[in-house]
Amino acid sequence: MARDRNLAPHALPQPPESTESTTALLRELVSHLREKRTELREEWAKRITESRLLTAMTREEIFAEITTVYDNYVAVLETGSVEALQAYARDLSERIIPRGVETQEVVGIVLLLRDVLARSLFKKYQLDFNLLNRVLDAYEPAANRIANTVAVGFVQERERIIRQQQEAIRELSTPVLRVRERLLILPIIGLIDPQRARQLTEQLLRGIRENRGKVAVMDITGVPAIDSAIANRLVQTVEAARLLGATVIVTGLSPEIAQTLVTIGVDLSKMNTVGDLQGGIELAERVLGYKVVPVEEGASRSH
Amino acid sequence: MAVPILKQSHFLIASIQSALSDQDLIQLRDDLADLVGRHRARGVIVDVTALDVLDSFATRTLRAIAYIVKLRGAETVIVGIQPEVALSMVQLGLTLEDVPTALDLEEGLTFLNQRLEERHGA
Repeated sequence: MARDRNLAPHALPQPPESTESTTALLRELVSHLREKRTELREEWAKRITESRLLTAMTREEIFAEITTVYDNYVAVLETGSVEALQAYARDLSERIIPRGVETQEVVGIVLLLRDVLARSLFKKYQLDFNLLNRVLDAYEPAANRIANTVAVGFVQERERIIRQQQEAIRELSTPVLRVRERLLILPIIGLIDPQRARQLTEQLLRGIRENRGKVAVMDITGVPAIDSAIANRLVQTVEAARLLGATVIVTGLSPEIAQTLVTIGVDLSKMNTVGDLQGGIELAERVLGYKVVPVEEGASRSH
Repeated sequence: MAVPILKQSHFLIASIQSALSDQDLIQLRDDLADLVGRHRARGVIVDVTALDVLDSFATRTLRAIAYIVKLRGAETVIVGIQPEVALSMVQLGLTLEDVPTALDLEEGLTFLNQRLEERHGA
């Protein structure tokens, strides 16, 4: 159902003539296109090369793909159903997007095919203007719909990939790492936006629960700036971690951030702050009762 | 549903099993206030692992329990607050200030034992 609704805007109104004659014309059209398959396909491939489209692909690959597109195209004209083409467009996009094929190339190619086929229709019906008109009435809406389907399919696939990558980047962006039993570190690099702040809180709380963390060192050396909303969010994160029984130590506040926080008046009294990551880890070790000593010294002491 | 309160050496463990009504919370508070004295307990652990939500009344009651227990000469620790619960509590400004918290029952016991040692040492 959803798919039908999606297509509704592209389903152009049928021309005023009876649909039966349109169907008959389309059928004639399809047989014409099937007959001229080789010739038109070559013409199309030539135009693609001339327009310097699809430069990322070899000639053979282009030819193989356009053959499939051509057959799909004719099938759509014949059946009026774009579903198979949609699936193919999605599949094709999935294959060619990683190779750097651009949206304008895909749209350009489909439009080229539309033009190549239209030219061939002009040539075939040039002597009967009325018939040509009717053939074009039948052909154009279908052709536009196909162009639309392929372009939308491509863009949707691209967007899907972008969303997927954003998701992946977001997950990578806030790792919670265990450095010692019960000691977690959370290095943050880059700007924190509200969504990332939310994710950071969730990851930290989950990390504390899963690793049975007692102390977490949050290092923000790599954060260039912080606004009041994010600062409050960090304070909330620290408090939430305390409710789970863990202590959060914030390290690496840059002079600029420290000044900003003081200027905007964020209450940092509940936060443990230490100058750098090393200091933070040392404090955490003390809290946890670890004592790090050089091997020599440790050995001599144990004797 | 009443909350079972178990005695474990010097400590009382109140393990909440399901969502509690306000009445149940008050009952828990009164029971603990009473039992701390009767068992001469040195610490109280309230385990809220099973709770999906801690509203303002529950938070206030937990804080009241902590203060009451302190006045009766023992320590309280709240254990097992879920990450989502912690987050929503903080967002609502219910931060259980001055009330010790721990990850789970085991941590809570460790915490109370430490406190006990500190007191004896002092």
